This record gives sequence, C-alpha cells and structure tokens, in this order.
Amino acid sequence: MNRAALLVLADGRFPAGGHAHSGGAEEAVTAGRVRDVAGLEEFCRGRLHTSGLVAAGLAAAAAAGYEPLLLEEAADARTASPALRHTSRRLGRQLLRAARSAWPCAELEALAAARPRGAHQPVVLGLAARCAGLMPLDAAYAAAYESIGGPVTATVRLLRLDPFDATAVLARLAADLDHVAAAAAEAAQRIHADGPAALPAGSAPLLDIAAEQHATRAARLFAS
Amino acid sequence: MHLQHSDTFPDGHPHGSGGSSGERPGGRHRALRIGLGGPVGSGKTATVAALCRTLREELSIAVVTNDIYTREDAEFLLREAVLPAERITAVQTGACPHTAIRDDISANLEAVEDLEDHLGTLDLILIESGGDNLTATFSKGLVDAQIFVIDVAGGDDIPRKGGPGVTTSDLLVINKTDLAPHVGADLQAMARDAEAQRDRLPTVLTAVKTPGGIIPVADWIRARLADWTAHAA
Amino acid sequence: MTPSPSPPAPAQPALGVRATARIRATRAGGATALPTLAGDGPFDLRRARPHGDQARVCILGAMSAPLGGDRLRIEATVDHGAHLHITTAAATIALRGPTDEHATYDVHLTAAEHASLQWLPQPLISAARSNLRQTCTIDLAPTARLLLREQVVLGRVGEPPGRLATRLTVHRDGRPLLDQHTMYGPGAPGWDGPAIAAGHRAIGQILIVDPALDQQPPHASLFGDDPAAGQAVLTPLAGPAVLITALASDTLHLHRLLNAARPLP
Repeated sequence: MNRAALLVLADGRFPAGGHAHSGGAEEAVTAGRVRDVAGLEEFCRGRLHTSGLVAAGLAAAAAAGYEPLLLEEAADARTASPALRHTSRRLGRQLLRAARSAWPCAELEALAAARPRGAHQPVVLGLAARCAGLMPLDAAYAAAYESIGGPVTATVRLLRLDPFDATAVLARLAADLDHVAAAAAEAAQRIHADGPAALPAGSAPLLDIAAEQHATRAARLFAS
Repeated sequence: MHLQHSDTFPDGHPHGSGGSSGERPGGRHRALRIGLGGPVGSGKTATVAALCRTLREELSIAVVTNDIYTREDAEFLLREAVLPAERITAVQTGACPHTAIRDDISANLEAVEDLEDHLGTLDLILIESGGDNLTATFSKGLVDAQIFVIDVAGGDDIPRKGGPGVTTSDLLVINKTDLAPHVGADLQAMARDAEAQRDRLPTVLTAVKTPGGIIPVADWIRARLADWTAHAA
Repeated sequence: MTPSPSPPAPAQPALGVRATARIRATRAGGATALPTLAGDGPFDLRRARPHGDQARVCILGAMSAPLGGDRLRIEATVDHGAHLHITTAAATIALRGPTDEHATYDVHLTAAEHASLQWLPQPLISAARSNLRQTCTIDLAPTARLLLREQVVLGRVGEPPGRLATRLTVHRDGRPLLDQHTMYGPGAPGWDGPAIAAGHRAIGQILIVDPALDQQPPHASLFGDDPAAGQAVLTPLAGPAVLITALASDTLHLHRLLNAARPLP
C-alpha cells in the first residue's frame, strides 16, 4: 500500500479535466439558488451525501476489485439524468488517460479497451486507486472530496467568493467527508456478498433537474 | 523574418496514452495539431477562418475552439461556413482558458480524438484558445506547434514587453497591419522588438482579413506539415 | 448460570403493526383474474371495475398508518400476459405513533413477460416527527411494462416534515435499471438545500418502462416556467425507460407539472 498516491490522485491539479466542470454549481448559481458562502455550503453538503456518496461507493467497490462493467451498470442505474451520465463518462475517459500515464496497469488498459468512449468517472477513479496501490477507503475519500472540491472551486470563480471563505467550507465538511467515505467503504465490503445493490444510491432531485437545465444553456463557463 | 524552423516538434514519446505521441490508438498516424493563442480581439478566429478557407481544398482540416463563455467562436466559424459543421467542435474551459490548453489538456485531447474518430484521417487540426493574456501557451502534449496572434491596435509595445506567448510561440503573427497608420503603431519597431525577443523564431506582419493576408501563415503551416509528414515517415 | 430455554428474541418494536398484503394477477382468457387478493392489517384491498383486460385494485387504509414501529409490506405479482392497475383510496400519512422508532413500508412489485403493471398510489405525506423508511423494489421481465407514480409531501400544512427515506430499485431482466435513495427531513444532510429540495415541499416521480421505448428513445426535456412554483425534468434512462422527476411548492403545482410532463389516464 502506498498512501501518498492518494495525494496525487485527489490533487485538484491532477490533469483529468475536472477544472472545466462545476458539479452543478454553475446552474445553482445561475438559477439563484446559490448566492453566497452559506448557500455553497448547503449545496456541497447535499451533493456530498447524495451523488458524492454514490461516487464514493462505486469508487471503493472498483478499488476493491469488483467487476468494473457491473459497476458501470450500477452507475447508470444511479444516474437518471442523461446529461450527468454523459458528463461522468467524459470525465471518466479523461481520468483514464491521466491514470494510464500515472499508474500503468493491465486493469486500466482492459477498461479502456472495453469502454473506448469512457467509463463512469467514479469507476475509473476506483480502478486508478487500485492500480496506484490504494485501498477502497482511499478511493472513497478521493471521490467524496472531488464531489465538493469541484463545486467550491467553480463557485469561487462564478461568484467571486473570498477563496479563504470557500476553503473553510471544505474544512467544515471534513467530518461529513469522513462519514461518507466510511459509509461508502463499508458498503463496498458488502458488494461481493450482496451485489451492487449494496452500494449507496443517494439521489438529489434538483441536481438531476439542474444538470438537464445546464445542458440547454447557450452561455456557460463550465461543461457541467 | 524567416520561416525555416524545423525544430518545432517535441520528441515523439512512445507512451500511447499521453498527448504528445505521434500516433493515434491503433497505430494510425495522427493529424498535425497547431495551437492558436493570443489576447482577446487580436484576430485568432479570423486567422482560423482564413486558414480554413485557404487550405481546405488541399488538406483535411478540423477545428477545436476553446470558447470562454459561449460557443461564439465556434458559431462564427459555422456561420462563415469555413468548414462543414462536423469539423468544428467547442470545449468549455471553466473560466480558465489557459488551464484547458496548458495545465489540464484533457478536454481538448478528447475533442481532438473525437474529431479523428468521426472524420477519419485528418491532416491538420487547428486548436484555438480562448482569448487570454500574454502568458497563455499551449502544452506540448496538446499541440505540435503554436501560433501567437497579437495585433497592432493592442499597442505596438507588446512585442517589446514579451511574455511567453510572444517569446516562445513557433510563429508570431502581428495582425491588422492595415490599421497601423490609424492607431499610430510603428510596424518597424514591432518587427525589431519581436526579433529581439524571439531568438530566431519567425514573425509575420500581416492583416489576415485582407486579400492574400493569410498567405504567409498558410505557407508556414504547409512547411510544418511537410516536416511533420517527413518526421512521421 | 442456567442456559435460557430459547435464544433471546431479536429486538422488536414494543408497539407496531406487522402486515403484508398480497396481490396476484393472472391471465384468464381475455381478462385478468386476481387469484390472490389478501389484505392485512391496515391494508384493505378492493377489486375495482376492470378496464378492458386490465384488473384494477384499490387499497383502502383501514387505520392510520404507517406509525413508528410499523412493519408494512405490499407484494404484487403480475403473471405472464396479465395487466394490473393498483391505486390507493387516500393519501398515506406517516405519523410519529407511540414510539420514536422508524416504520417500514416495503412495496415489492413483479411483472412477468408481456405483463403490465400500473402502480399509482395517492401521495405519501411525511408528518412532523414521523420516521418512515420506504422501499419500492420492482422486478420486470424483458417484455413487461410498468407505469409508476410516486408523490411525496414533506410535512402537513405549516409543519416541517418528519424523517423520510425512500429507496426505489428497479431491475429489468435481472439487471439494474434504476436505483435511487432519497432522504428528506431531520437527519438528511442538505435535504432542503440548493442541491436537493431547496424549499420545495411536494416531490413526485413518474417512471415508465416499456420495451417500445427502445425504438423511440425520448429526449430529455424540462417543464415549469417558474422555478419557485416548481420544475420537472423528463429523463431517458439507460434502458427502455423514462423517469419524470418533479419538484413543486405544493401538490397542486406538482400535479400540474406531472400532467404536463406525462398526462396519465
């Protein structure tokens, strides 16, 4: 095990395309639902405990060696919005490119061959963690953190928030991150016995509505 | 000014997954990728449009635009019908146009790959950055050579000020020379400053929208393409 | 120490109803028969007038349910080629009851080849201080069709909601088609924030599974011009299915949105 690889994988500068995505924050800002630091924090809390938890569960299961193509199905079933499925696969494809360079590994090559148009990002993330020698809990942390790190960075740009205030949001959500990552890793332990239904399936109606709304906007800074 | 500069291409690293490989997956030879950067309003999109019109009969071309906020650049190119719609694609840059061409090139590489997958063998892909500042440069993982476009109306002291775009681009285009008398720009000083800043890298002074104005840029691309083809053979 | 004569009983809710209602629909000639129609506890099942070859069942709530500690279950199975429509006579209200413990309300629906199932209950209202865990588990054969509508109201007028967790799991031909777990009310982090409900109190979904959608997959579309009153989205799933998700200020606006997105018979 090589825990330091988690720092590389979870670094916001890891070149996997995330900088152009807001995780729904741009639409929440455009629609006036997020106007300030407090709104950003509530947005992040909701996202973390729904789609963040789902991503963490999928990533932990992939890191535990569960069949990635079955996790692909599980991810589809947990992602009602076609815009979000598209985004997840695009980001998965971009992450796969970066991960194959960082941690060359037969399992990543096999997934790239099976899904040339991209696999769901959390599945790729979990597999990348596995190839980097990380544990399922590490993968869950990376996925959970990413589910709020992206929206925070995007909202700093969109609302010109004080970056210190925005970073404090992430710090305040640390206990929630611990909880989500632990729950995801615990669920992933049950997947070999109970199948993908053991994985979290948290859903947020406004994230689905907003993702489709955002996809129709002609003027936007972020791809999602 | 001189157009010879054969040392343009990065080493063709053999790692297939990175952007600087000379091959597409499956071992097929990929298109030459040229990046176009420069400040807002200097004429990047006009340069791309003129290059497409000039080269589309002899080369199979596609364009990736990095629009900052809208699909305006892509839509301008579509409106002007410089290429069929399927040959033009836009990527979003998350309010950071320089990140998308330098620090995290994922979305642009994906766009390039998609174009090659959909259109078959291409000769040339032009990647236009979102209008940015004088520090914007393209990663070697994304492009094989880059053009930096500035214009005389932006101030004739820009070449003297330098910056990575001016000093390191493979071709510096000083555009809108036809406006020089109107804005009081000293073209000779700009050319002299550029030469001083750019070691022996080439500079073109032109007005790409005027008849024949794009020819020196198009000729430079033809030369790069000849090098690229020879390099890959 | 004397060994106890029997193992200790598992922790049981001190109070609470345990009930399982069962429905089975089979094809009988040109119609659908109901060989099993077994109410239990709060569930009183009534045969309604058939609609062509579709049998119809209405669930009447014979007592207030679910309350904390209740363990309620409805199982409905539609056999090969049969057609079944199920509704409820009135809204279901989750109440606190005599204990803080959660209630469970599990619905398990199964539809075989060439069968169709319509599950169209009245809204579920999560009253203040209630605690309900609801599951809806659906297994569909490849050629089965499903129409499902679920509506949730978060709190009665002027009160906050209780705790409500709902898991909707749909498998088609044994493969996962849709899996959603929504949580509202106290203990659901961020539930009323800008990612989840944002002040809306009526939430509804319509799920349509139909193999014919493979031929003509619909595009995603949005409904609702005034986000304060409500918004809905129709999303094609990764399979022959569409899901409509609507959020509204109240049930009136919710009905309007759901009807705009997909008028139901």
